[in-house]
Amino acid sequence: MDDTFFDKKDYKPLDRVDGRMKVTGAARYSAEYTLPNLAYGVLVGSTIAKGTIRSIDSKAAERAPGVIAVISHQNVIEVPGYQPDATQSTEPKVGGGPLRVFYDNKVYSNDQPIAIVVASSLEKAQYGASLVKVQYNKEEHITDFEANAGKAVVAAAAKKNPKSPTADYDRGQKDAFQTAPFKVEAEYVLPTEMHNPMELQAITAHWEADDKLTIYDKVQGTKTTQKTFAKEWAIPDQNVKVIATFVGGAFGNGLHSWPHESAAIIAAKQVKRPVKLVLTREQMFTMVGYRPRTWQKIQMGATKDGKLVAINHNSIGQTSVYEEFTESTLAQTRMMYASPSVSTRYRLLPLNVATPIWMRGPGEATGAFALESAMDEMAHAIGMDPIEFRILNYTESDPDKNMPWSTKFLRECYEEGKKRIGWENRKLKPGLLRDGEWLVGYGMGTGTFGANRGPATIHAELNKDGNLVMHCAITDIGPGTATAMVQIASNTTGIATEKIVFHLGSSEFPNAGLQGGSSTVNSVGPAVQAACNALKQQLITMAAGKNASAFGSAKPEDIMLDQGNMQITGNMSAKLALGDLLKQNNVEKIETTQESKASENGKQYSMNAFSMHFAMVHVHPLTGQVRVKKIVCCADAGTIVSPKTAESQMIGGATGGIGMALMEDAVMDHRFGRYVTKDFGDYHVPVHADVPDIDVYFVNKPDLLADPVGSKGLGEIAIIGVAPAIANAVFNATGKRVRELPITPDKLI
Amino acid sequence: MIQFQFERASTVKASVNAMVNNGNARFIAGGTNLVDLMKRNVMTPTKLVDINAVPLKDIQQKNGVISIGALALNSQVADNKIIQEKYPLLSKALNAGASAQIRNMATVGGNIMQRTRCSYFYDTTLPCNKRQPGSGCGALDGLNRMHAIFGTSKDCIAVHPSDMCVALVALDATVVVAGPKGERRIPFEEFHRLPGSQPAKDNTLQNNEMIISVEIPDNEFNKNAHYFKVRDRASYAFALISVAAALNMDGKVIKEARLAMGGVAHKPWRLKEAEKSLVGKQATEEVFKQAAEIAMQGAKAYKYNAFKLKLGPNVIVEALKNAAGLV
Ligand SMILES: Cc1cc2nc3c(=O)[nH]c(=O)nc-3n(C[C@H](O)[C@H](O)[C@H](O)COP(=O)(O)OP(=O)(O)OC[C@H]3O[C@@H](n4cnc5c(N)ncnc54)[C@H](O)[C@@H]3O)c2cc1C
Repeated sequence: MDDTFFDKKDYKPLDRVDGRMKVTGAARYSAEYTLPNLAYGVLVGSTIAKGTIRSIDSKAAERAPGVIAVISHQNVIEVPGYQPDATQSTEPKVGGGPLRVFYDNKVYSNDQPIAIVVASSLEKAQYGASLVKVQYNKEEHITDFEANAGKAVVAAAAKKNPKSPTADYDRGQKDAFQTAPFKVEAEYVLPTEMHNPMELQAITAHWEADDKLTIYDKVQGTKTTQKTFAKEWAIPDQNVKVIATFVGGAFGNGLHSWPHESAAIIAAKQVKRPVKLVLTREQMFTMVGYRPRTWQKIQMGATKDGKLVAINHNSIGQTSVYEEFTESTLAQTRMMYASPSVSTRYRLLPLNVATPIWMRGPGEATGAFALESAMDEMAHAIGMDPIEFRILNYTESDPDKNMPWSTKFLRECYEEGKKRIGWENRKLKPGLLRDGEWLVGYGMGTGTFGANRGPATIHAELNKDGNLVMHCAITDIGPGTATAMVQIASNTTGIATEKIVFHLGSSEFPNAGLQGGSSTVNSVGPAVQAACNALKQQLITMAAGKNASAFGSAKPEDIMLDQGNMQITGNMSAKLALGDLLKQNNVEKIETTQESKASENGKQYSMNAFSMHFAMVHVHPLTGQVRVKKIVCCADAGTIVSPKTAESQMIGGATGGIGMALMEDAVMDHRFGRYVTKDFGDYHVPVHADVPDIDVYFVNKPDLLADPVGSKGLGEIAIIGVAPAIANAVFNATGKRVRELPITPDKLI
Repeated sequence: MIQFQFERASTVKASVNAMVNNGNARFIAGGTNLVDLMKRNVMTPTKLVDINAVPLKDIQQKNGVISIGALALNSQVADNKIIQEKYPLLSKALNAGASAQIRNMATVGGNIMQRTRCSYFYDTTLPCNKRQPGSGCGALDGLNRMHAIFGTSKDCIAVHPSDMCVALVALDATVVVAGPKGERRIPFEEFHRLPGSQPAKDNTLQNNEMIISVEIPDNEFNKNAHYFKVRDRASYAFALISVAAALNMDGKVIKEARLAMGGVAHKPWRLKEAEKSLVGKQATEEVFKQAAEIAMQGAKAYKYNAFKLKLGPNVIVEALKNAAGLV
């Protein structure tokens, strides 16, 4: 590895560069753009889960004060990019594509958007929407997962790619489980969970010309969104501008383009005015994806001295009837532990529900609940400490891909975490520890997620005031991307962080992928480094040139950058501020555009981030209440470029994990195919009183095979493994194994 | 939300008058419940009478009672020194409800009048006899984990969600209301009603009547009172089951007892038989268990709330143990 690409200076905790804007309200989110002549849209959702619309009576709505239009399949303009039925899946089978909003009279799920009321104010649009009367021809829907699990099918994704985690997989001996001396066989259920970020999904759509669209949209990828809507309207990519400067949390639901976005764009085109559309909290449950309900079964076999001999892991996930959604629920089972025999089967159940989408720690978080619970069950069956059991089955290389790890420091996580949680207080036998009336238990769960790196491009310029300004299309859904990038740039150039600005969240800026899959720091970070190094090179050339008075005779290789100055190695007195160097050369600024992407050399390694979560819980034996008293999160995520925001990521992930373990549950009444929990009153996420001290430890060792920044990603492993850690701790406290989340009081009494 | 008239009243009389001849008018106090329901078109009043300017915020001690104004805020009552000293049960129950922000807006009158949180009541596309008489009870054969186990009918199994009211019914409070014909006093236990065949009626207040205060008689329960609430998270959730327990003790012997449950019925559920069983007994876990058994007589579970039959007695015992200082 070229050492100039990695600066070994430690990264220091830095306050969020946009923190002040966020807390003072200066940061502008998608719902906060006002444009001249702005109109407001409100969606009308279907009230049946399957059937056809017989009629939509919008007369009363149209007559209501301020209503400009009621748009539905009955009167919608043509959307050139909508694919005809032939290529769209409309029956319970997988494949398919996104819902074409207002395309025809078909209803595939409850609360599917079927009309948009556009009015001169939000209140008028809401009132108008309440007046729209819809008649249906109702058909029998299927939404009940348990009752229909037998109808699950092989995913199209599995057929397309035999290496996909959704494809059938077998290694070792087929009957290894049957003959194992110790067996654990158990089923686990994860209910449907909603992303529910604080910020509601919002879009303001503005046709600046007949073929030029600007959208202020809550998305996780400005470039992908640009492509989607350019295609939908058959216009060139550059004619669509996507602005997402600030995103108030997303957890994955901005990774897909949704019907409400299309609806707002259609409405803006049809009424020839910019249209703003903000979903209601209830619509957040039905229109922008969710973590799909998933059933899993694990058969695990081991020897009496704790060596795994087999893991068979089956899962069924759910999707909509019109669009396939799959996730890597079973990926980690293939590589996490040294089991000679492993089989996985992934099936998909299309139901009359909206399409799910990746939610923080997608797939892996679901899979880890089953795998890490089963590991705990097995350790208990053998009578072994669960950490010892995991260490006995530690993989020194990836047994699935047959490749060495780029780096893996999970052992360090076990060791440090054990100390911090006070693991020595744990009793092997459950139900023995008490604190007053409360039972006390300790549990742990492992997490892993691929270190996925994509291409990214940065434009960087240094101006004569010595300020470094960068641009990139990447979004920041909350982790603090600009802060991390400023730290990487500062670390690479020595320029003070206050003199660096990172602009993001616009499709007008140089290319970057989605903010998802923990891939931002390791994709965009290297591009920042590359751009900074290119600028450095330009500066050194300039400093060695004839106009640089201070270094007239110095050779380029002796010139370096330090703390915003050019210097000569070994001669600390010769100094020239970067801005002054530009001024002496009569240049306003120097600039560069640099792309960075994964190198070929990395392909020989399996690259993954790892985490280890420990939980200490109290359980009230009579009322079944669970209180998480302490969480310790240890992560091997490579270099930590922004310690403060990275710690916040881990705290947020652990908090999400508490929700997953103890409260989150979107409950549907299958008689109607409608959710009955659809606001924050019914759908519980942790409140402050549920969140204990969360202690975070980073191994913080660079993985330079993964990328030149050395980072492996953090957002996902922050939550993967938390829920089983808590479930395992509850078992340790009570002796009760809850295999269907969430662990609510009724399940423990 | 539909369009509505808005009127401000600054006296009780003006408030009551503003309701006359409009069966579809409603008072608005903190708005923390009513506005939510209006946004979802669950309640569609055509007129709102804002009573916040009516001077009904005071908490006063009078001969033998404490009188709490209907517009006293939930937080104000919970933090009031006299309430904390003499009626800690009420303070504890209030603090177990909602969140600090909501308690800062919510009023005593509004809390008493708050409507059920039943999901079927909240979704205008689903059947609910309380919202739309005759449409059926969605919860009866539906998702009824949060629902009632006492006093249900085939038309409604909703619960009254208030915590404050559980303490008030235990403390023998009286609701003082004003109407066109003057004031009347309703014992707390008779204020809310069981659903029977008319679940649309939550209580016995007439539409043109206004709650002006709540009175609690002096009592000897301040040393041994506890409100125990079991919910799906540590704070900011409605009760699965809650129990208000108050004891008047002479050493270890119980002289008087008050017990009421929340999250189990269409009204705050007073447990008089169980109370009687405690009188004259030593405060022991065994005695509390017997009382809990009596309390649960007649409970009936539905598909998803059977756990309440088991949780109920446990919470009663825990609440009593805490009240008696046994934990
Ligand atoms: C998210 C959330 C969580 C909550 N959690 C809890 C909880 O855990 N426990 C709990 O007990 N409560 C809880 N609440 C409910 C809260 O206590 C009530 O919303 C509040 O007490 C209502 O008071 P208000 O003054 O805002 O009433 P409003 O919303 O103004 O009015 C409610 C009703 O009372 C009527 N009304 C108001 N004042 C009078 C009067 N003087 N005379 C006659 N009628 C009147 C109104 O017409 C209306 O019908 C929660 C509420 C929310 C939103």
